Amino acid sequence: MNRINKKLQEDKKLLSIYFTAGYPSLTDTVSIIEDLEKNGVDMIEIGLPFSDPLADGPTIQASSTKALKNGMTTEVLFDQLKDIRKTVSIPLIIMGYFNPMLQYGVEAFCKKCQEIGIDGLIIPDLPVDVYKEDYQAIFEKYGLINVFLITPQTSVERINFIDSVSNGFIYMVSSASVTGSSSGFGDVQTSYFKRIANMNLKNPQVIGFGISDHETFTQATEYAKGAIIGSAFIKHITENGASKTEDFVKSILN
Amino acid sequence: MEGMTKENMMNYNVNEKGYYGEFGGAFIPEMLYPNVEELRQNYLKVMAEPDFKKEFDQLLKDYVGRPSPLYFAKRLSEKYNTKIYLKREDLNHTGAHKINNTIGQILMAKRLGKTRIIAETGAGQHGVATATVCALMGLECIVYMGEIDIARQAPNVARMKMLGATVVPALSGSRTLKDATNEAIRDWINNPVNTHYIIGSAIGPHPYPDMVTRFQSVISEEIKWQLKEQIGRENPDYVVACIGGGSNAAGTYYHYLHEPDVKIIAVEAAGLGVDSGESAATSVLGHEGVIHGCKTLLMQTKDGQITEPYSISAGLDYPGVGPMHAHLCKTGRAEFMSITDDQAMNAGLDLCKLEGIIPAIESSHALAIFEERTFKPDDVVVVSLSGRGDKDLQNYIEYFKI
Repeated sequence: MNRINKKLQEDKKLLSIYFTAGYPSLTDTVSIIEDLEKNGVDMIEIGLPFSDPLADGPTIQASSTKALKNGMTTEVLFDQLKDIRKTVSIPLIIMGYFNPMLQYGVEAFCKKCQEIGIDGLIIPDLPVDVYKEDYQAIFEKYGLINVFLITPQTSVERINFIDSVSNGFIYMVSSASVTGSSSGFGDVQTSYFKRIANMNLKNPQVIGFGISDHETFTQATEYAKGAIIGSAFIKHITENGASKTEDFVKSILN
Repeated sequence: MEGMTKENMMNYNVNEKGYYGEFGGAFIPEMLYPNVEELRQNYLKVMAEPDFKKEFDQLLKDYVGRPSPLYFAKRLSEKYNTKIYLKREDLNHTGAHKINNTIGQILMAKRLGKTRIIAETGAGQHGVATATVCALMGLECIVYMGEIDIARQAPNVARMKMLGATVVPALSGSRTLKDATNEAIRDWINNPVNTHYIIGSAIGPHPYPDMVTRFQSVISEEIKWQLKEQIGRENPDYVVACIGGGSNAAGTYYHYLHEPDVKIIAVEAAGLGVDSGESAATSVLGHEGVIHGCKTLLMQTKDGQITEPYSISAGLDYPGVGPMHAHLCKTGRAEFMSITDDQAMNAGLDLCKLEGIIPAIESSHALAIFEERTFKPDDVVVVSLSGRGDKDLQNYIEYFKI
């Protein structure tokens, strides 16, 4: 069974952390992953940096630009991760935009992910319709789970379609925004969280965008299986250094 | 197009899935899906409504000043021993073809109930054309423009402000057109209900390339009857236009795409030279990839990171090309040429002296092909003069030390 599915069966609320590979320094990737697991994070999204990250706010744009400047490429990332399964056992997901994967070759990319032990992918600009028609068979051949996003504006019909194509979890974007731009959840978000929870989808939901501290993590996981933190973590290591994951994770969980 | 007849030509228009051959589509984050889908479901319906057509045509006539003249450039024709006709988009209100599309899209936005308009701009021509129609309709207008472009296009920034628009600097990435487009897309993600994004070129996710092309197609629609009036036939031997993203080109070609006797020439900016590392010749330097929501030819690293193009003309330095043009290139329907900064500047000055017309540097690229390529004496060559050179005076002054 895929590590993501196994993790989703555990009887707890999951904390997932996103970070940009190759940031702050090119060689920080592996130690950040190891530290996050050691400190109790349940799942990690490894960001493959892109020059034009459309769905991201200033924090992740800046970390992506820096990572690219540091020399991060698809090849370098795969090379850094080649022995990751010797030390890390939690689910690992690569999150990146479609063009770098397209240039690497979608099948070659998926094959490499399987070799390394990557469990899933999140590709914000690969729409579910295109995925289903052109790429689902390839992803499945290499045992990869593809994760799709839904937003407060996504129609019920489309949510059901996304649920039918998904085989891991659904990434619930908390509000209409790019990453890292809202603070705190109001009634609008909670009623959206409740609405989706009541749809009884076959895939569990993990909420992301706008989760930055213990309070928002708790609010989100009241209605969902887990929550994803990205920009807040990147801000933390930008200010405190790549080795300071422990205090960040503690501040979220305790 | 040897051996081609109307009947056996392939389809160069968009198909029902939003593709031109292998190019196009809508590679957008889910956050944009409701907006783009709303547009996709409605754009053809709205454009076909009689009252929409009436309002669009009326504004093009009374406000933009259409039809734009088709002018036989006698002295230029003599110089190159062929028959050159200039389609005078430079005479439109706001000085370029851009207004054709912004008029169409603002009417579309109103019919979709949108109250807030966003746009990206490079040199500022599309920003000015958008700010203009927003003032005309009394809608809020936010224009994203790269910080570097704001500094080098001060007059257009002032125009937009006078027209009531808010100009927001794009501070990310290379701080030029591509980043301004990213910022506009992010704004749309953050404002998914009340906002319409007026894309200025024949790029972006489906249905944008097709919608923009249809609004610009008035250019070739007019060329057809104007040429008929002047020389007794609708079809020239060649239609020529410069290409950045490719909106004036799309409009110039549109009604000729399926006319096998009309040859199509697309002129890209070679910058300092195609092999110089400072170029915007996407058809030569680009590879298939995804930019701003569509699959097309784009300039990128081997690793799939989008690179920064260069041209002296701010309107041509976009790292991609519209998906329709990528298809025309790949299928050989259009002949692609690239013209350097120097060639374009000289062709621009040449037009001033020979015809008394100061062209935009973008349009000068299209005019420069006559030095590079020979036409027969009785060939009829229609060149889209997409914009006027007022905005480029500073560039001309510096280049020629006037």
